[in-house]
Amino acid sequence: MSFPWAAQYTPTNPFMKWMDDRLPLPRLVFNSVGAGYPVPRNLNYFWNFGVLSGLALVIQIVTGIVLAMHYAANSEIAFASVEHIMRDVNSGWLMRYLHANGASFFFIVVYIHIFRGLYYGSYKAPREMVWLLGLVIFLLMMATGFMGYVLPWGQMSFWGAQVITGLFAAIPVVGETIQQWLLGGFAPDNAALNRFFSLHYLLPFVIAGVIILHIWALHLPGSSNPTGIDVKGPQDTIPFHPYYTAKDGFGAGVFLILLAIMVFFAPNFLGHADNYIEANPLSTPAHIVPEWYFWPFYAILRAFTVDILFMPAKLLGVLAMFASILLLFFLPWLDKSPVRSGKFRPQFKIWFWVLVADVAVLGYCGGAPAEEPYVMISQLASMYYFAHFLIILPLISRTERPLPLPNSITEAVLGKDHDAAQPAAAE
Amino acid sequence: MVRIIGFLVGLGFVGVLGYSLIVGAIAYTTEEEPGPTAYDYHHHAREISFASDGPLGRFDRQQLQRGFQVYREVCAACHSLEYVAFRNLTDLGFTEAEVDAIADQWPIQVPTVNEETGEETTRNAIASDHFPHVYANEVAGRAANNNAYPPDLSLMTKAREEGAAYLYSLLSGYEDPPADLPEEFQPGTGLYFNPYFANLNIAMPPPLSDGQVSYADGTEATVDQMSEDVAAFLIWTAEPTMEERKSTGWAVLIFLVFLTTLAFLAYKNIWRDQKH
Ligand code: HEC
Ligand code: HEM
Repeated sequence: MSFPWAAQYTPTNPFMKWMDDRLPLPRLVFNSVGAGYPVPRNLNYFWNFGVLSGLALVIQIVTGIVLAMHYAANSEIAFASVEHIMRDVNSGWLMRYLHANGASFFFIVVYIHIFRGLYYGSYKAPREMVWLLGLVIFLLMMATGFMGYVLPWGQMSFWGAQVITGLFAAIPVVGETIQQWLLGGFAPDNAALNRFFSLHYLLPFVIAGVIILHIWALHLPGSSNPTGIDVKGPQDTIPFHPYYTAKDGFGAGVFLILLAIMVFFAPNFLGHADNYIEANPLSTPAHIVPEWYFWPFYAILRAFTVDILFMPAKLLGVLAMFASILLLFFLPWLDKSPVRSGKFRPQFKIWFWVLVADVAVLGYCGGAPAEEPYVMISQLASMYYFAHFLIILPLISRTERPLPLPNSITEAVLGKDHDAAQPAAAE
Repeated sequence: MVRIIGFLVGLGFVGVLGYSLIVGAIAYTTEEEPGPTAYDYHHHAREISFASDGPLGRFDRQQLQRGFQVYREVCAACHSLEYVAFRNLTDLGFTEAEVDAIADQWPIQVPTVNEETGEETTRNAIASDHFPHVYANEVAGRAANNNAYPPDLSLMTKAREEGAAYLYSLLSGYEDPPADLPEEFQPGTGLYFNPYFANLNIAMPPPLSDGQVSYADGTEATVDQMSEDVAAFLIWTAEPTMEERKSTGWAVLIFLVFLTTLAFLAYKNIWRDQKH
């Protein structure tokens, strides 16, 4: 894989030689995340977030397996079994708080990872497949997060499940049948809880599998970099190990510190009080909101308030919500600018930051009650969201005149030293 | 092709949203000023601090014992505490003998089966039991309380937006309805006005009055004091492992900061001759 100057795996230890001839696993590791993988020398800290996503997945799987040893997927006792974990299982509270906050941190790092890809044009040729597989991971994560939130069987679990599966009921003719099929009944109950638990246990391993494909696809062209220009020769790269393993080790430390601050000192900050009330089908909470990481999409869903012709508003909202994610699959073909990095695209750069602000506004409105002025703000922000990807990006990729690109990564790195005033962007 | 279809889809969504926005905006501007809502008379919880607040916070065991006394003598008549076991009370500083006595004298017995006849019967609670339910079931609880079920209190401080401050405010916040309170928000029969409760009128009669309990440590039992104490006690019942969480947190944090510092130095050392 990758570049001709990549270091070759040459085992010296006789056992490793023996192993290499029979099952070349050490060779695979060496070539994927060892000295045998040459990486651009100028990656900035935003390139830490892929490895951090992997770390977050490992934390979820490890804590999740321990929780599953004590959790009971039965609607009669699920809530009590979670309290049993919190109170009676040794360090059970730690496992649960790590798992709950770990999910949020997983989404935080993946969102940063995705925005990194958007800014630096990582989705462009030859890395389209990396981007597409990343989006598959993202969809699987959303499904996993949603089903996991149902498991404690609190009020938000129950009503969240009701509302989200209810989205399918908006589909004409077959919608209600689909919702009942998903839930295994007319409303969330034991049948729904059991299948959600089964799938919540399964999907992270599917994610792990897709990550392998994601990294495989990445390693054919190799990592991109903040300048977005291709690697031209050995002077542009350094081996992944020890350089980026060391940098990722530091990044992981910072990640764990932030996670620990949440877990130990504000473990319920990102949660919702109503989920400490056991599910009650007869009492609807005043405001039903999903977890924060779904808020931008929830805002798009609720922005559609008017029926158009034969399309009820709810159906339009559901279509728009799915479209807002699915359109990302077409991004490599919507943005035709040959320049990858936003650094050299003066117009793109402005719109990119507008998009970041726009998604933040959508997130805020998605968590707020469905009242004015939040509905009107969500409508404006949703308009921008669609316009950004479907109208603005395709247009500016034709009209914009990019800044001159450096000749090579090495030149960009050395050039920086002459201009001491520039902040250390590539650090 | 992709871009043409995308462009049309984009225009479609933007158009529908723009139309919805205009319809909504017209409705918003022409709509009459809505009348007063319950929210206009609702109060946010009053500020209060507890010994257990913050990363260094620890429970004030004296206060927890007072709060438990209020729970036992007042609230336990109506509210259960189902996720807490009597044995957990040793955390409050009670000895095991004291806990055994508390369990044994608890006014509600726990269900059991007669060893010889197999008949269903009841027995005195023991330390390993959880606090027994007050009512046989929800219907019985509603029947005894004007059709409102007194909720379990174990998780109450976590289950309300403003937590213990809300509980404190609610318990000490009963008052006469304001003079301008519209008819529809006036308390009906069996309801009591309380501006901290979400819909203003609560089915729980004011549970506390000055001097209702007599504290062994000589603290004066005002409504305010008892509300604060029982709220502190319910912070503990919601999370008895809180102190362990915070002390573990400091150890983990110190370790991680040390580790991350080493990782940073290693990173800088490895990269020292590389231009990047
Ligand atoms: C006479 C029975 C009775 C006693 C004694 C009593 N309560 Fe209640 N309590 C109720 C009822 C009934 C409700 C339900 C009220 C409603 O839903 O309108 C309730 C509700 C509550 C709530 C929930 C309010 C909310 O936000 O939903 C809390 C908290 C509470 N009680 C705390 C206490 C505490 C603490 C004590 C002891 C100081 C106490 N109660 C004593 C009957 C009682
Ligand atoms: C479980 C979640 C994920 C894991 C564990 C993961 C892991 C990784 C890793 C280890 C890398 C290489 C290092 C790096 O560039 O940071 C990478 C690269 C990449 N990922 Fe992900 N990823 C995840 C999700 C996603 C998602 C959701 C997307 C986008 C939709 C995405 C898009 C990309 C792209 C485009 C690259 C190439 C970046 C470049 O080199 O320029 N990833 N991923």
